[in-house]
Amino acid sequence: MRFAPTAEQKQFAESLHDLLAGADTPAAVREWGEGRHEPGLKIWRDLADLGVPALLVPERDGGLGASAADLVVAFEVLGYHAVPGPLVESVAVAPRLAPRESLPALASGELLATVASPPLVPYALDADVAGLVLRVRDGGVERARSVAGPVRSVDAARRLFRVRAGEALGDAPGEAFELGLLAVSAQLAGAGRWLLEQASAYARQREQYGRAIGSFQAVKHLLADVATRLELARPLVHGAAVTMTACDVSAAKVAAGEAAYLAARTALQVHGAIGYTAEHDLGLWLTRVRALTGAWGGAAWHRARVLAGLDVRDG
Amino acid sequence: MDLDIDEASAAFRDEVREWLAEHVPRPALSSMDTAEGFAQHREWEAKLADARLSVVSWPREYTGRDASLLQWLLFEEEYYAAGAPGRVGQNGIFMLAPTLFAHGTQEQRDRILPPMARGEQVWAQAWSEPEAGSDIAALRSRAVRTDGGWLASGAKTWSSRAAFADRAFGLFRSDPESQRHRGLTYLMFDLRAEGVTVRPIPQLDGEPGFAEIFLDNVLVPDTDVIGEPGEGWRVAMTTANNERGLSLRSPGRFLAAADRLVTLWREQGEPAAVAERVADAWIGARAYQLYTYGTVTRLAEGGGLGPESSVNKLFWSHLDVALHETALDLLGPEGEVAGPWTDGYLFSLAGPIYGGTDQIQRNTIAERLLGLPREAR
Repeated sequence: MRFAPTAEQKQFAESLHDLLAGADTPAAVREWGEGRHEPGLKIWRDLADLGVPALLVPERDGGLGASAADLVVAFEVLGYHAVPGPLVESVAVAPRLAPRESLPALASGELLATVASPPLVPYALDADVAGLVLRVRDGGVERARSVAGPVRSVDAARRLFRVRAGEALGDAPGEAFELGLLAVSAQLAGAGRWLLEQASAYARQREQYGRAIGSFQAVKHLLADVATRLELARPLVHGAAVTMTACDVSAAKVAAGEAAYLAARTALQVHGAIGYTAEHDLGLWLTRVRALTGAWGGAAWHRARVLAGLDVRDG
Repeated sequence: MDLDIDEASAAFRDEVREWLAEHVPRPALSSMDTAEGFAQHREWEAKLADARLSVVSWPREYTGRDASLLQWLLFEEEYYAAGAPGRVGQNGIFMLAPTLFAHGTQEQRDRILPPMARGEQVWAQAWSEPEAGSDIAALRSRAVRTDGGWLASGAKTWSSRAAFADRAFGLFRSDPESQRHRGLTYLMFDLRAEGVTVRPIPQLDGEPGFAEIFLDNVLVPDTDVIGEPGEGWRVAMTTANNERGLSLRSPGRFLAAADRLVTLWREQGEPAAVAERVADAWIGARAYQLYTYGTVTRLAEGGGLGPESSVNKLFWSHLDVALHETALDLLGPEGEVAGPWTDGYLFSLAGPIYGGTDQIQRNTIAERLLGLPREAR
């Protein structure tokens, strides 16, 4: 057993991180929320150059044929930088749902895809920029006929669209849903990490009563709890990518969602009023985490799935 | 990234499972914190040792199996799943032995480890003092140089197992001019030696799970000093990391308890009111298992246990309490009836206190993992 990212996975994560650290994702997130997609699409093209959209596309269709573990390593970084757009849908889900002739364009990044899968995924994210809009119904996948929206999300950069089903394309394998969940969970873990780092940095630097607020135990203990929750959520995300069992995938979604949400609330509390302003970047991550916590099924739904699927040992 | 169990480890796990299925005592042994139960648990340790299963992670020459950390985790998962007895030798096996492997002499290892592995010599820990709890560097017990050894005096308290154990280990101030972490020496001593008085302290369950130890000029020979005199703090830190980090509460314990909780919940008709908490117990145990697999991978590749030990301990101590509270809430009016769940519950309540309180762990995480400034203390 070697339960840690491989050298290749670490290197891939580092190259993604290097790219995104210089990409001013907060500006792209703000523009995206106004319906101006160009800065976000520029980031998308750069991610495509590194092979992100090709990850789950089979090699024979121009992709990398990568594993679910590779996927979650990438999505932790994408979540850390709050990259906007239908990433989960295009990168994690569409390769298992799209018609085969679309796969090369998906892999190269030329084609963005999105998907609705009611009731857990009621809207198609960013359907206005997606060249392929899918809808899953009764175990089958259809090309969406019409698109209406956007519906406002608490995260302005998540532009939600109602879609009506149309042409049937074939079966929708359950794996597509699990991969989407894994990607969302990894994004949450990554976003939580960013929030913890920002809050810790702020607590080291912000002074009140003549000393850094991070020297007060009241602040320390809040952040230590966040660190603990995030540290224990990450192995669930990685483990679920290895086993792909329903219990592990749902456990990962619950733990990553709650850890990231605690990180968001705590980061806001540590920052105080400045964190509550639109000008500060914190809100971009906070609203993203709030939206993703419910997206692809909230904690209650996933806890129920854990309990339904458990095969426990009697001792 | 994988979770594969290699063939040798799987074979070892199967052997452990089969042996336990055949040998775990039914009905369960009496509490190890009674004289009768302590003796029963001692015998159980000998039985484990006969099967070379009492100290699987130790080297073969000391009746271990040279088990890898992964194999040790698998052993623990099987051990708890089988509902096997608590380990009366735990303080020695998991706290003192790692210290002896790291800092002891060959003579000490040869003399101390074999009877420890068989439960013939059971060890108590003697860390806390009346005036040194969380602030263990404030300890006042002292060791004065004498011919061929040290004369140890002072009071130790909350010493687990000390009521019935044979020997104990702890820190003593050997340099009277020294402050805090300096000038401490790591000593082992006989609990029946002249000058030692043990006063058992009943715990929440009424049984004396720990004791106070008073020492009055107890002769400790040089051969019972671990490491160099004055270096006790550094030596003890090896033990502290072992306690909090990996050895003291292995994931197997929580996995087994979470499985029992799920079973209980199903037997009770799957009441919706506690469903989420039951799910969280299983999710927490699974998270801790996977987290520990990650730790084992890191250690196998040469990494160390740093402030992550505090993350570990803070997580499981909360998981343990929440899991048992959920079981008792699930049982409702029947929950107060004494039994395995109330035993487990009372046991879990000590978790956020011993081995460094939750508050100390949070300080460590904040300062050493997150880089927040220390505050004066």
